[in-house]
Amino acid sequence: MTGTAVDLIWLPPALALLGFVLNGTLALTRPTAKTLVSVIGAGVLLAAFAASIAVFSAFVGLHADEPVVLRYWSWIPVGTLQGDVALQVDQLSLVMLLVVTGVGSLIHLFSIGYMKEDPGYARYFAYLNLFVFFMLVLVLGASFPVMFVGWEGVGLCSYLLIGFWYNDAANATAGRKAFIMNRIGDFGFMVAMFMIFWSTGSLDFGTVFTHAPNALAAGGRTVTVITLFLFLGCTGKSAQIPLYTWLPDAMAGPTPVSALIHAATMVTAGVYLVARCNLLFAMAPVSSAVVAGVGALTALFAATIALKQWDIKKVLAYSTISQLGYMFLGVGTGAISAGMFHLITHAFFKALLFLGSGSVIHALSGEQDMRKMGALWAKIPTTAKTFLAGTLAIAGIPPLAGFFSKDEILGKTFEHSPGLWLIGFITAGLTALYMFRLVFMTFFGRSRVDHEVEHHIHESPKTMTVPLMILAVLSVIGGWIGWPAALGGSNRFEHFLEPVVAARSSENSWSAHGAAVASHSAETEYGLMLASVLIALVGIWLAYQLYIKNPATPGKLAASWPWLYRIVYRKYYVDEIYDAMFVNRAKDLGTALGVFDARIVDRLGVDGTGWLTRFTSDVSIWWDKWIVDGLVNFAGRVVQIASYPVRMLQTGLFSSYALLIVLGVIILLGYYGHRVMQLLR
Amino acid sequence: MLLSPALFISAVLFTLGVAGVLFRRNAIVIFMCVELMLNAVNLTFVALAQSLGMGGQVFVFFVMAVAAAEAAVGLAIILAVYRHKQSVSLQTMNLLKDG
Repeated sequence: MTGTAVDLIWLPPALALLGFVLNGTLALTRPTAKTLVSVIGAGVLLAAFAASIAVFSAFVGLHADEPVVLRYWSWIPVGTLQGDVALQVDQLSLVMLLVVTGVGSLIHLFSIGYMKEDPGYARYFAYLNLFVFFMLVLVLGASFPVMFVGWEGVGLCSYLLIGFWYNDAANATAGRKAFIMNRIGDFGFMVAMFMIFWSTGSLDFGTVFTHAPNALAAGGRTVTVITLFLFLGCTGKSAQIPLYTWLPDAMAGPTPVSALIHAATMVTAGVYLVARCNLLFAMAPVSSAVVAGVGALTALFAATIALKQWDIKKVLAYSTISQLGYMFLGVGTGAISAGMFHLITHAFFKALLFLGSGSVIHALSGEQDMRKMGALWAKIPTTAKTFLAGTLAIAGIPPLAGFFSKDEILGKTFEHSPGLWLIGFITAGLTALYMFRLVFMTFFGRSRVDHEVEHHIHESPKTMTVPLMILAVLSVIGGWIGWPAALGGSNRFEHFLEPVVAARSSENSWSAHGAAVASHSAETEYGLMLASVLIALVGIWLAYQLYIKNPATPGKLAASWPWLYRIVYRKYYVDEIYDAMFVNRAKDLGTALGVFDARIVDRLGVDGTGWLTRFTSDVSIWWDKWIVDGLVNFAGRVVQIASYPVRMLQTGLFSSYALLIVLGVIILLGYYGHRVMQLLR
Repeated sequence: MLLSPALFISAVLFTLGVAGVLFRRNAIVIFMCVELMLNAVNLTFVALAQSLGMGGQVFVFFVMAVAAAEAAVGLAIILAVYRHKQSVSLQTMNLLKDG
């Protein structure tokens, strides 16, 4: 307890849980009370955001270099494993806390308008509140188990919300796919937890990170395996190669859900986990290289797929995967603060882009195919302008948010590995290309909207446009918290995160490989910035040429290289390969087991046992009928026959009994009379 | 002496009583035969009392009391049986026989 507002850290998750309980109750009892649901659903989030700001300012006022850990109650007291329910307040968790509650509040407000007509309105807000609760548990948890509860919980909510419109089988399938892919990652997380406990004897962040440098050999096998398993968890949650395929399918859920869960918060949990365990990753150069390599590859791979998608949300989904790849590239090269910085700015502009696409879909009565859009700039101006702001931000045009964060990652990567930098650099150009392709196809050019839809195009209500505008402002100015020193700023964000990132690596004798590389000169930094701005502009120019000036060109290009076109359009057949390698093999196993069940278990086991039982019972019946019953009947018959003479005496007639009595008396008298006579003689 | 004729008469009466009980079917007649046997015994008691002391005469009174009680109970039973079966013939009274 610190005696300041930091003690209120339990309040944001508790509020979200309260919202879930109330909205869940309403969903079950009065699903039509939409006003009440809106007030509760968005209200608890705004209150949680207010509490978060209070905690943040109080913590900044403390000038604490050490995390504040608040223990509430003992959870798993088993021998040496002492798991407490505890929340940790430090720079890293505060950043996530503000992002989750802040962006979450805006998305809740947006949802009020977007989901207004939905019959499952109360259920939707209940799930959304529950998601925020688990997400806050994830980012605030002071130990791996508490974090894991949140980690699993957000997976559950993601599943529930992807399959929110469960009447359509495709949505339910997408939900299952996301859940199962995440389980594969969770397996990695759990194995990593077991190994951490095994090697350090604790699961509390503080204890683990204090003991790790002594308990584990830096660069040794154990720490490498631990971090690789942790990263497997990250690839599941944050949709990286090889577990990324669930995220595009997750677009089956409502668009605000895509914005909150599958863009701004949940999918960044993996980046947060790597940042949280940056000490472990710093001790395992191989794992860090894997993180960076996988991040870079995912970034490029997803960006190329995004080039050929027609569904507006699918483009954004692949864009999200690509941007998450950037973040992993950042944290993998040791630039933890750069990765976290991109996480924040991405939360702003990707939430904006998703909500903007939701607004477009809303205006077009549910149309998601960009081939049936176009020329919407004048019809839905607020959406279009805010969307453009988000697009410029993600493309990396200065001085918007994406420029600073992406440039910081690319700069740090260049120090570390020019090869990875090149991949990131190409991806930056592709990002600008596919995003402007989306913007040009949606808002400019010729209208390809269906006639009956065209009459109903309307700008979204205030509750949707206001969050868009706020996010647009954040997308523009959000990057200024990390204004780099080379451009006359002070990069306040990096300094803010220093206690959780730099201090740890300096207090240990092991020097993080990222920090070991000498900082490059200002000229290189300017050059890199110029290069990334230029490639972004090239991407935009290319998009303009292809989709505004000569709309026929893309078709011609596709016709020239049909195989390339088909491979990209079918997303490199990854889904098909996974189906062939794992899904269908699992189904085959199921079929084989089914045959085994029918043939062996049912036929031989169950039917055989039944036959055996019937046979033995037949034997038993025969024995019972002829031997046991026969003996009983025989005994009865013997008694019956033997008793025949006795029975004949029992006539039931008084006279016969009396006659017998008299005869008896006469016989007795005669006998004794005879004896007396003999004695007297 | 008077003793032998008295004993002879009582023996005849008793035999008549036994024969009646054994061979008659009517319950009232059987009942009367039982009384006859009792009174035959009474005559024997009285006859022997002349030579063997007064005990026999006293016992006759006990027998007459028992016979009176027996008459009350026996007639009631016969009446009850008649109400139940509309007959006093012993042949109808064979409940003790199986089947």
